[in-house]
Amino acid sequence: MEAAESTQTLATGDGDLVRVSDLRVRFVTKETTVYAVNGVDFSLAPGEVLGILGESGSGKTVTLRALIRLLPEDRAQVSGRVLVGDNDMLRLPKGDLQSVRGRTIAMIFQEPMTALDPVYTVGYQIAETIVRHESCSWREAEARALDLFEQVQVPSPKQRLKSYPHELSGGLRQRAMIALALSCRPGVLLADEPTTALDATVQIQILLLLRELQKEMGVIFVTHDMGVAGEIADRLAIMYAGRLVETGPVTQVMREPLHPYTKGLLSSTVHGSMRGQRLQTIEGSPPNLEELPDACSFAPRCPHVREACREAVPEPVQAAPERMARCILVNPA
Amino acid sequence: MTDGPTPDAVATAAPQGAERFLEVRGLKKYFPVKGGVLNRTIAHVQAVDDISFDVAKGETLGIVGESGCGKSTTARLLMRLIEPDSGTVHFDGRVIGASNGIPVREMRRQMQMVFQDSYSSLNARLPVEATVAFGPIVHGVSRPEARERARRLLYDVGLDASRFMKRYPHELSGGQRQRVNVARALALQPRVLILDEAVSALDKSVEAQVLNLLLDLKKEYDLTYVFISHDLNVVQYVSDRVLVMYLGQVVEIGPVDEIYANPRHPYTRALLSSRPSMDPERRITEPPLSGDPPNPINPPSGCRFHTRCAFANEVCARVTPVLSTFGDDARHEVACHMMSPGSGHPDAPARA
Ligand SMILES: Nc1ncnc2c1ncn2[C@@H]1O[C@H](COP(=O)(O)OP(=O)(O)O)[C@@H](O)[C@H]1O
Ligand SMILES: Nc1ncnc2c1ncn2[C@@H]1O[C@H](COP(=O)(O)OP(=O)(O)O)[C@@H](O)[C@H]1O
Ligand code: SF4
Ligand SMILES: [Mg+2]
Ligand SMILES: [Mg+2]
Repeated sequence: MEAAESTQTLATGDGDLVRVSDLRVRFVTKETTVYAVNGVDFSLAPGEVLGILGESGSGKTVTLRALIRLLPEDRAQVSGRVLVGDNDMLRLPKGDLQSVRGRTIAMIFQEPMTALDPVYTVGYQIAETIVRHESCSWREAEARALDLFEQVQVPSPKQRLKSYPHELSGGLRQRAMIALALSCRPGVLLADEPTTALDATVQIQILLLLRELQKEMGVIFVTHDMGVAGEIADRLAIMYAGRLVETGPVTQVMREPLHPYTKGLLSSTVHGSMRGQRLQTIEGSPPNLEELPDACSFAPRCPHVREACREAVPEPVQAAPERMARCILVNPA
Repeated sequence: MTDGPTPDAVATAAPQGAERFLEVRGLKKYFPVKGGVLNRTIAHVQAVDDISFDVAKGETLGIVGESGCGKSTTARLLMRLIEPDSGTVHFDGRVIGASNGIPVREMRRQMQMVFQDSYSSLNARLPVEATVAFGPIVHGVSRPEARERARRLLYDVGLDASRFMKRYPHELSGGQRQRVNVARALALQPRVLILDEAVSALDKSVEAQVLNLLLDLKKEYDLTYVFISHDLNVVQYVSDRVLVMYLGQVVEIGPVDEIYANPRHPYTRALLSSRPSMDPERRITEPPLSGDPPNPINPPSGCRFHTRCAFANEVCARVTPVLSTFGDDARHEVACHMMSPGSGHPDAPARA
């Protein structure tokens, strides 16, 4: 696939692929309201991988689904602004969504069967998607499907295109889903923990593949695993209770975290050299999202908590040109 | 060594000097695969295929390997939740389930298991205090005493009993539920805990809390652990010795520092180098292994790893390597022709 034709020319007004401002999502039912995403801002540059790292329930999946308009409309109240290229995603008429999804922005999931249909062969599904979006001939679409399978490094691609999803191993199914997501050459790929269910030996293969493919796209890669983020992200955003509490270049965030939550997350991630030491943990558990206190959400678990932390949501502090943290203890540059 | 029938000395790297507590010999479990119009058995999943190892009193043996390699089946065989096709397990010198050995029921009091899924292993309709007290009551402990024990255990696993004892599983977080599972497992005062991916479903910050707890309890209650996980970092953190499985067989076993610093089996090496680097400046650039693990229904001949091994030689597809010591550390064993003098592998060391 030649680079020139492979991606849509995408850019928001200021050259970014994606620009998200003050994104908020709440789930409202008769019984309760869940404040899942509470004012998220970020942007994605062409060719960049933004890693969003957070524990379960922190709002990662809801954020991605909001970007591509995949939340249940009856329950999810979404506000803010999401620009993908010049598409104002949250205000796009429903009828235009189908053409934007797939061609401009596509998504891959932890569980490939979320995207794959069990009753069709994977080759059929990919070709069908291409024909539907690009009004090319079935033969051209099949040829492209083969290209895609080669690109995602499926061994014996011709035969494997004729497989049903359940006939493929976990790693191959993940590759098939990636091929499907790439079938209409999206400019932006949303990846929701696509390697979490895989063995480490297969996970690293998929991460290396995504790193290769990503050169032609922008990727937002969501994970709960600091190690995975370290292998794939250029920039890291740390999510806690529906807010980004820290953002910055991946090496800087991993080596010199600013926010107490990021620090806690790093010191409680077990790795080689920790044997014999007691693990530094974050006490307590994540907050109940049925309340949205006007305070730092991490305050109840933070070892450095002060009075001011409980009085207002900390403003983002620009600690260095590319580094932000929402903590009153962080000094501005 | 206690009395009772003891198995022959097998080279399974029993920790020297330490008492053998669990002695596993030739354990095997094949699951039938049904198919065809008559739904007859058409093949077998060779889930656990002739594995032997020892666990010393007071140690933690880690078991690692990719999903499907037989870790959970091994755990369930140890607990006799499933019957082995062949092989024996000695518990403190007595054969489990044999007429002259230790009855399964008695073994299960002394050996308890904690599973990955914190939810489905708790009774959804019982408050946690009753869940923890249930085992002791069944085993004849009086109700007031069992409840008292439950409260003390809840406290020991870091749950304020007065706040938590009346709660139901759905009213707890994943980490709290796993603490209850640990308390439940300890309620019969067992001597061995088998932890099958017990922290794998937890968030990192909670995983660290539960790992600290498990290490504290081990000291406090003088426990022996079999710690099963696909997470190599966690296994390194908790284990004294590590057993590496591939497609139902043991490919390497040894002290944790040996396994992690001097892995001998090409599979162990690949597994270890598949771990994320934790350093964005030193990312992994080549995948250590390609493809997924092959199917345990028709595992490859000879060395089961030969289809993915970068060092495979003609002999590897033909002859099954046996687990044997390498070098002068009698506790470190590996099943690879390349490490075995006289195996016929061109890179094998010369015979001593
Ligand atoms: N459809 C929904 N209805 C109600 N609550 C939801 C729905 N989807 C997600 N949530 C809630 O939103 C919060 C964030 O969820 P999610 O984005 O899935 O977390 P993550 O992906 O970080 O694990 C959670 O508390 C979750 O229970
Ligand atoms: N009850 C069963 N019936 C048939 N196959 C089984 C059964 N339990 C496990 N297996 C198979 O045995 C192999 C080993 O499984 P398991 O011990 O669960 O592996 P692990 O815990 O290492 O992931 C797998 O191929 C699995 O599908
Ligand atoms: S026996 Fe052969 S195939 Fe098996 S691990 Fe050793 S070198 Fe590789
Ligand atoms: Mg999620
Ligand atoms: Mg298992």
